Amino acid sequence: MVSIRKNIKIKNVLNSVLFSLLSIVISILIAVIFVMWSKGNGFIDSFKLLITSFWEGSFGNLFSLSETLVYATIYMFTGVAHLVAFKTNLFNIGVEGQFTVGMLVAVIVGIIPNIPFLIHITLMFLSGILAGAFWAFIPAILKVKLNSNEVVNTIMMNFISLNMLNLFVGTFLKEPGYDSSYSILQSAMLPKVFSEPSSRANYGLFLGILVIGFIYLFMNRTRVGYELRSVGYNKHASEYGGIDIKKSIILSMVISGIIAGLGGAVFVSGVQHRIPKLNNFLNYGFDGIAVALVARNNPILIIITSILFGALNASSLELQFNGIPKDIVFLVQAVIIIFISGEYLFKYVLDKFKKGGSK
Amino acid sequence: MENMFLSEMLFILATTLRFATPLIYASIGGVFSEKSGVINIGLEGMMIMGAFFGVWGTHISNSSLVGVVFAIIFAGLTAIIHGVFSIFFRANQVISGIGINLFSTSLTSYLIQKFFGSQGQTSIVKIVPYPKELFSKIPIIGTFLSELNWFVLGSLFLVAVSWFILYKTNLGYRIRAVGEHPKAADTLGINVYKVRFLCVLLSGILAGIGGASLSIANVNLFRVGMISGRGYIALAAMIFGNWKPHTTFLACLIFSLSQTFEIVSQKFGFNIATEIYFMMPYILTMLALAFFVRKSNAPLFLGEYYDKGKR
Repeated sequence: MVSIRKNIKIKNVLNSVLFSLLSIVISILIAVIFVMWSKGNGFIDSFKLLITSFWEGSFGNLFSLSETLVYATIYMFTGVAHLVAFKTNLFNIGVEGQFTVGMLVAVIVGIIPNIPFLIHITLMFLSGILAGAFWAFIPAILKVKLNSNEVVNTIMMNFISLNMLNLFVGTFLKEPGYDSSYSILQSAMLPKVFSEPSSRANYGLFLGILVIGFIYLFMNRTRVGYELRSVGYNKHASEYGGIDIKKSIILSMVISGIIAGLGGAVFVSGVQHRIPKLNNFLNYGFDGIAVALVARNNPILIIITSILFGALNASSLELQFNGIPKDIVFLVQAVIIIFISGEYLFKYVLDKFKKGGSK
Repeated sequence: MENMFLSEMLFILATTLRFATPLIYASIGGVFSEKSGVINIGLEGMMIMGAFFGVWGTHISNSSLVGVVFAIIFAGLTAIIHGVFSIFFRANQVISGIGINLFSTSLTSYLIQKFFGSQGQTSIVKIVPYPKELFSKIPIIGTFLSELNWFVLGSLFLVAVSWFILYKTNLGYRIRAVGEHPKAADTLGINVYKVRFLCVLLSGILAGIGGASLSIANVNLFRVGMISGRGYIALAAMIFGNWKPHTTFLACLIFSLSQTFEIVSQKFGFNIATEIYFMMPYILTMLALAFFVRKSNAPLFLGEYYDKGKR
């Protein structure tokens, strides 16, 4: 009995991973069509060019690898942030905004002088955590107390955070002579992984993996984590079983916000030491949706999908170098999101196929 | 003196209406889509498509009419993707919408390179012709009318027609029925899928016109990041307006007023950071959602796919 159940579980996981792979394949096929259109090459040539550019630009040399890890680090945070909310059947579009406020407060803390190295970084991360938590707490409490839609509220708060960042960076954080904020101090910068000066990969990577491991244990091995998942699985049954739904919703959103805010702080501390005015979102938060979805909401798989999407982002330079517009990268991500959202299509086709086979 | 004041007020009203126009088209589109039960976060992407293809259509044909038609066709096609996925493939409508937005942003950025050979923005095209001089000769309202464009006038017409359709016609009754109670609507012989699909398509077409009203009437080119969240503001206006065309229209005006104030205050020498003005619509929406929620008019089955076979 147990083994049958286990088999079914494995089969489900396999099926859903298969679906992720299918979405990736479809999106790459669409990307190839755009490459064909750009370069006027045939299908095979374009496919080869696209794949080699992807590979060269993401793992081909130390610099590319480093860039892949830089983006992978960011995606680990934003991806897991989405995962926590998804597990509770919530949708935290606000990851983008929580990431942004995390960046903002990290810069503010990062420019305070005379703080010893490790303490400075810790303070910076704490500030990111607090900012992200606060930014997620507002829509969560509004949902619980006033039944106000969290999707809409988080979208609104994304834009508020963007304008707030621009307001600060444009005024008292602005370094005279620069079109950006002051740079954070040396004592607030995360050490680099590689010794090469041009490489930007940093120890945030390991922190990201640590956070993922922590969330995995928290979700699967603790009572609170179990409650969160159970609320996501069946709200009414959970309530009947004595779980405080409202508390779970707030907790899930706030944890999600904490991870996103921390991600923003890590981004500032490790990569973007001074923040420019932003005309638009950096989109790392939105990309995190794809990272979590392709990983089928599995924390461990998020490490792999983060690297995948990191590689995709890192290769945009190489693509451009080979005459392929870098927009292809974002096109691929968008197509993956659209297709993954339509998972039912895959199930439907599979069911038809199975029924056809048994008759 | 009184005349000065009047002309100043008319200037403010005209400017506000011009700012509001893209929002009005998109948010009325949102009303149709959401009334039928389909969340449309993809409005932003559909506006982007409309804005770009409006410019491209005008560019290749040198005709504004072709531009508008192109905006309608391609924003409509984008809406069809959203519609097919969220209605037939049971996609999570929010996720699908976000996918649409990312897709449109990157696609148009790609196409700028492909069609115009430049990066970041298209070449300049002509704007939709508008008989400014002729209108300005009309007594009293002449100067006011000459500050507008066809898109503005069209949007006012749209609000009235949408209100009429939604509340006074059989079709509007059907649209509201499939959003409020799809099963009951189905029992009465209404094709839930068809009505929803048409509404999503319509929302895309309207958002496309809204996008075009920016790129080929307010300015004369398309730039990456040009829509900059207007689709989301339109969504906010729709919620602020409680999913009704006439109140949504008012919400669009209120949101645009904050933009107008920016210009007016600069004129009078106040100096408040632009970001404060930009934040206003979002803060207002959150406050409205939080405190008027008990009278919320959101369709009951908003965001849930309809499964005909399920009991």
